[in-house]
Order: sequence, then C-alpha cells, then structure tokens
Amino acid sequence: MQTTSQKFKENAKAALANEQLQASLIHVRHNFIDKRAKAAAALPEFEALRDNAVAIKNHVLENLDAYLETFERNVIANGGKVHWAATAADARGLILDICRKAGARTVTKGKSMISEEIGLNEFLENSGIEPIETDLGEYIIQLRGESPSHIIAPAVHVNMDQVRDDFKRVHTHLPPERNMNEPESLLKEARSVLRDRFLSADVGLTGANFLVAETGSTVIVTNEGNGDLTQTLPRVHVVIASIEKIVPTLEDMSQIMRVLARSATGQEMSVYTTLSSGPKRKEDPDGPEEFHVVLLDNGRTDMLGTEFKDMLRCIRCGACMNHCPVYHAIGGHAYGWVYPGPMGSVLTPQFIGVEKGGQLPNASTFCGRCEEVCPMRIPLPKLMRHWREQEFTRHLTPPAQRRNLKAWAWLAKRPKLYRLATRLAARGLSILGGRRHRTSFLPMAGAWTRHRDMPTPEGATFLAQWKAGTARQGERKGTGGGRS
Amino acid sequence: MPQPVKVGLFVTCLVDLFRPTVGFAAVKLLEEAGCDVHVPVQQTCCGQPAWNSGDRADTADIAKQVIKAFEEFDYVVAPSGSCAGMLSKHYPELFDGVHVWGERSRAFAVKVHELVSFLTDVMGVEAVEAKLEATVTYHDSCAGLRELGVQAQPRKLLESVEGLRLKEMNNANVCCGFGGTFAVKYSDISNAIVTEKAGNIDKAEADLLLAGDLGCLLNMAGKLRRSGSKTQVRHVAEVLAGMTDAPPIGGKD
Ligand code: SF4
Repeated sequence: MQTTSQKFKENAKAALANEQLQASLIHVRHNFIDKRAKAAAALPEFEALRDNAVAIKNHVLENLDAYLETFERNVIANGGKVHWAATAADARGLILDICRKAGARTVTKGKSMISEEIGLNEFLENSGIEPIETDLGEYIIQLRGESPSHIIAPAVHVNMDQVRDDFKRVHTHLPPERNMNEPESLLKEARSVLRDRFLSADVGLTGANFLVAETGSTVIVTNEGNGDLTQTLPRVHVVIASIEKIVPTLEDMSQIMRVLARSATGQEMSVYTTLSSGPKRKEDPDGPEEFHVVLLDNGRTDMLGTEFKDMLRCIRCGACMNHCPVYHAIGGHAYGWVYPGPMGSVLTPQFIGVEKGGQLPNASTFCGRCEEVCPMRIPLPKLMRHWREQEFTRHLTPPAQRRNLKAWAWLAKRPKLYRLATRLAARGLSILGGRRHRTSFLPMAGAWTRHRDMPTPEGATFLAQWKAGTARQGERKGTGGGRS
Repeated sequence: MPQPVKVGLFVTCLVDLFRPTVGFAAVKLLEEAGCDVHVPVQQTCCGQPAWNSGDRADTADIAKQVIKAFEEFDYVVAPSGSCAGMLSKHYPELFDGVHVWGERSRAFAVKVHELVSFLTDVMGVEAVEAKLEATVTYHDSCAGLRELGVQAQPRKLLESVEGLRLKEMNNANVCCGFGGTFAVKYSDISNAIVTEKAGNIDKAEADLLLAGDLGCLLNMAGKLRRSGSKTQVRHVAEVLAGMTDAPPIGGKD
C-alpha cells in the first residue's frame, strides 16, 4: 500500500476541514465507547480475562516457532498446505500462484487487514484477477477506490448518502426507482449483489483472527457471515495470516475471544465465529477442495526480543482508536498507512521505517486512554515514546525542535541560570498579559495563540517570591503566600 | 510530640512561572495538614519535555538533579499529576537496570505524590476549611487520572468546601488536547480536541472549571477565553486552600 504517513500534518489538516468526515467520526466517539464500557461493566471478571489473555499471548510469543510448527503439522494432517512468506512480496507471489493454479478469474475476500498490509487487491487486479470484498464496509470502500479508515469498521468515514450514491452508480442493473432510503434496503441490495459473486468465485480468501496450533484451525469472527460464505463456497480457500495470530489451544482461543468482541464493538461475541480445519473431507456435504494458509512474517520476527515485542500481542480489536482523542479528531486515513490510531502509530514506523512514519508516534498527547482500554494491555504510549527515542538518537527529530529542546535542557540543568531566565520571562510575560492576564499574541508561540489565548503570570515566579518571603521570616504563613 | 512529616514541595515549572498562587495554595494545604514544607531552590523542571521528545540523556541528568534535591524528605509532593507521574512512574523506567540510580530512583519514586491525593490518602484529610459560593466542574487530567488514580480524591475534598456545588461535565476524563509540546507541534489537532472539551465545559454551565494540572488549565483557559466563555478557570488547590483572591487563570471576560 502507498503510504502518506510522512504527510501526516497535511492529512490531518484536510481531515479537520472535511465536514462530512467530522460528522461521521461522531459515531466512533459515541457508539463504540459506551458499548465497550457497558460490556466491560457487565462482566465482573473482565479485568481477570484481560490478564489471562495477556499471559496466553506472552507465552505464545516466547515459543512462537514451536507453536507455528505444530500448527503447520496439523494443517498438513488435515489435508491442507502451509506457505511461509517472509515479506509482503513473497505473500503476494504465493497467493497469485495458488490463484493461477486454480485458474481463478475472481477471488472473494472476507475481511483481512493483512491483505491491505501486503497491497493484495491492487496486485491481483494488475495480474488480471478480480478481487471482490464481501464485508459490507470493505465492499463500500472498494467501490469508492479507498482504503479502510478503521480496522473493524473500515467504512466508518462514509455516510449513508455516499453509500446510496455509490450503489446507484455501480449497481446499474437494478431498477432506478428502488427503495434506497433505509440502511436495511442498502444492506439487502449489497447482499443480493454479493450472492452472485460468491457463487461465481473460484478462490475465497480470508484473514484470520486466530490460528490454533493444536487443531491446525484458522478462525475468523465476523458480524455478517460473509466470512463463512467466502471460505465454503469457492473451490479453493486461502487464509492469509500473520504469524503472531497463533494460540496454543481452542481453550486459549475462546479465552481471548471473550475480550475481543467486548473491546471492539461491546458485543459479548461476534455473530459468527468460523473455524476452518482443512479442505472438505469425503463425508462433508460442502467446503473447499483445497485449503491453503499463507503465514506472513513481514518484519514481525524482528520485533521479538525488542522493546516493541508487546505490540505483537495486538488482536486488532480497534479499542485503542475508538478511545483516542487524536483519532476522533482526524479519522484513520490521516495516519497514511494500513493501521490507524495508537496501534498504527506503533506499527507503522516498524513497517515503513521511522523516517517516513515518525510523525505518527509524535502525534499523541500520551493521555493513556488507549492503554487503559487495550484488552491486551499493550503499553502504547511507552512504545510510541520508544520511537521518539529512536528518532532522537538517529537525529531525525526536526532540527529546530531539537535545538529548542537542547537549549531548554541546558538551562534546566543549571538551576541558578534557570532562575534568572524564568524571572525575566515571568516579568516579560506579565507585562505582555497586562490586566487581562492573557495574550492573544505570543512571540514564537504562534502555533499556540492561533487557536487560543495564552494565560500570563501575575508577577514574579513562585521561587522568587518564596525566597523573598522566607528571607522575611514569619511573614509567609497566613499571608496568602508572602506576596504581601 | 511526634515529628511533623517533612515534605519537599516540587513546585513544577509551569506553576513557578505562570501561577505562583498554586504553589502557595499547596504550601497552605500541606501546612494545615500538619506537614513541615520545604522548597528546594535547586529544582527546575521534572524533565518531561525531554523524556517525551525521546531525549533520554538530558532527562537522566535532570532526573538525577531532582532526586538529589528531594531525596532527603519523607515525601515529595507536586501540585500536578503529570509531574508527580513523571517522578514516580517514569524515573524508575528511565533508570531501569542502571547501576545505583535504578535503586535510588525506585526508593525516591515511592515518596512522590500528587498534592490532593497526598492530602487524602497519606495525610488522611477528610475535609478542608474553605468557602466558595460557586458551581464548579472538574476536569480529570490524564496523567493524574490514569497513572496515579486521582479521581475521587479531589471530588471528595471539593464537596467539603462550604457553598460549593460540583456539577460534572460530559467526558470529564477525556484529554483536553494539551499533551505538553503536542499542543504546539500539532496545534490544529490539539485545537480540535480542546474545542470539544470547551463545548462540554460550557454545557455544564459552571461558574468555575477546576483541574489539578496547570498545563491542561492553561490550554483550556486559553480556549475558553478565546471563545468568550463565561466559565472561569482555577487550579483545584486554590479553591481547596480558600485562595481565590488572585484573578482566575487567563483573567476573566
Ligand atoms: S493495540 Fe490493543 S486496543 Fe489497539 S487494536 Fe491492538 S489489542 Fe486492540
């Protein structure tokens, strides 16, 4: 996928000015947050479940190779195939190969962020194969030629009027006077259009929320059931999943599942949970004839053993972005790559390099709400700070910023000089603020005063007053602070 | 007679420069709670700007200076959840695995408290002797709330202020968009966040907005004054100490 992360500031500015987007983002702000809070409150053991989920993933990450090998063995035993992809290009090549061997012209797809990560749709199109997204949200943005702006609600930035216009434009075989006024009628229309596509597809491609080592199963959770159809109707089923999706047992999977939907949409469970364990057996009435799992690394093993390893616990629930004030303000596209919000701010520099993605970990107030709600207790602010450290040590921090910081630190390390400087600053600022006690123009702080006033001091610094007060023994107490 | 507890007051660089009243209010509250308050003049800043900019080396120098200046006291108290969080949570992280300073920073960290929670949780203060005829609304600053669990404590003490009515705003616990240098580096996004916050403050129709962190207060006051809001702004310590003579933060309209 093309990245625009390096233009984050411009992207953000455009997003802030986009009224339609701003109206759509209100939905994220209200809906997801209340629902998650209710779901968590309704389950007394929610916090304990989180701890448990963290422990399971940490254990897996310590023994990743062993579990992946077990998984592979069991997939093969079930009659399927496992393909190892070190890079995005490897994964694309492997998938194209499978599609070509199956003689595929169309591929139906169940929601998969990994396929966004490896830029699969564009690649398949360029190779003469038509990919068809079957998740309603994904389908909508595919029609619009856009990318997802949220990992579980990919079209959260689009409103109903836009969907109606897109459907009118594309579904030209339907009568123009049909009812398109309720969300249900649009949903029905998408379903009926997609039904034909399901039946005609040669290959079905899905992501995976989990890979279960003990059974060699891949697991996908959806609310629309499109995952099921994608993997059962076509002759060939391909699962593309990143290696950290592995869990040891079905029991472990169900443990983590209990926090997944609650954190994501506030549901107890997603509506559909589909396990695939190999191709159709003789006695099965339906199912694919071939079953392939493409396991993608794409830089993840590089994260093991580093400060970023915690990020590999991520189960892509989206809670961090749902609760992030920065995401609320600008939406997902401004982040400029596949993964938005706090988790994207940690992941993106890993994938596209801190040179290009370094703005993202800087664009956080460190309010900590993401970490507070992350079911996997990933210390997202701390990981963003690690990126800032890497930027700083590699001299990638913008030079002016670096100079200011260094000058300030130099002063902060010299208390006497610092005192003098703050005394002068206090005097200057309080003159500037005058009797209004604020200024709307502060030299060198235009970025602040463009949007808000700057409150100014009332007079001397605390320490100057304190010293004067303590010098006049006894005057301090009860005088309202030695300013008498 | 038992010795009064010796408290080192970490004034915070913003309070020192922008709002000395908060420092004096903190002194008054601590003394009334029976503490012997000291203000080491070696203090400058907690080092957070460097820490959050990824500059570990400068942060470490500044942190050592703070630890040296304050470790002699029984407790270290700051009228700021953000600085108290820096001292108590991030210093040990900064020196994790570092010879001597790892140990020293951990021993130091356990003495550090945010002002209001120190009064209630350590000194056992149940009520303050202050009076204010006003409706107030309280903003939970992020670091105090999420790093230190400061939430019920200020509300409890505010309820004991004679004449004061607390009216909660919507989303009191959502960030105001300050975030230190974030407000300047990403000022457009910061503005969007503080605009939303100001809307919630206005809807609460309170006379006064209170919070425990000056950074957030400067940000919110700056927005409220620019937008012509009626709500005035103060640090919670000023109200608890009954020190509301000084003009509100950013003045009034
Ligand atoms: S980082 Fe945490 S909250 Fe965000 S998507 Fe991953 S698991 Fe969910």
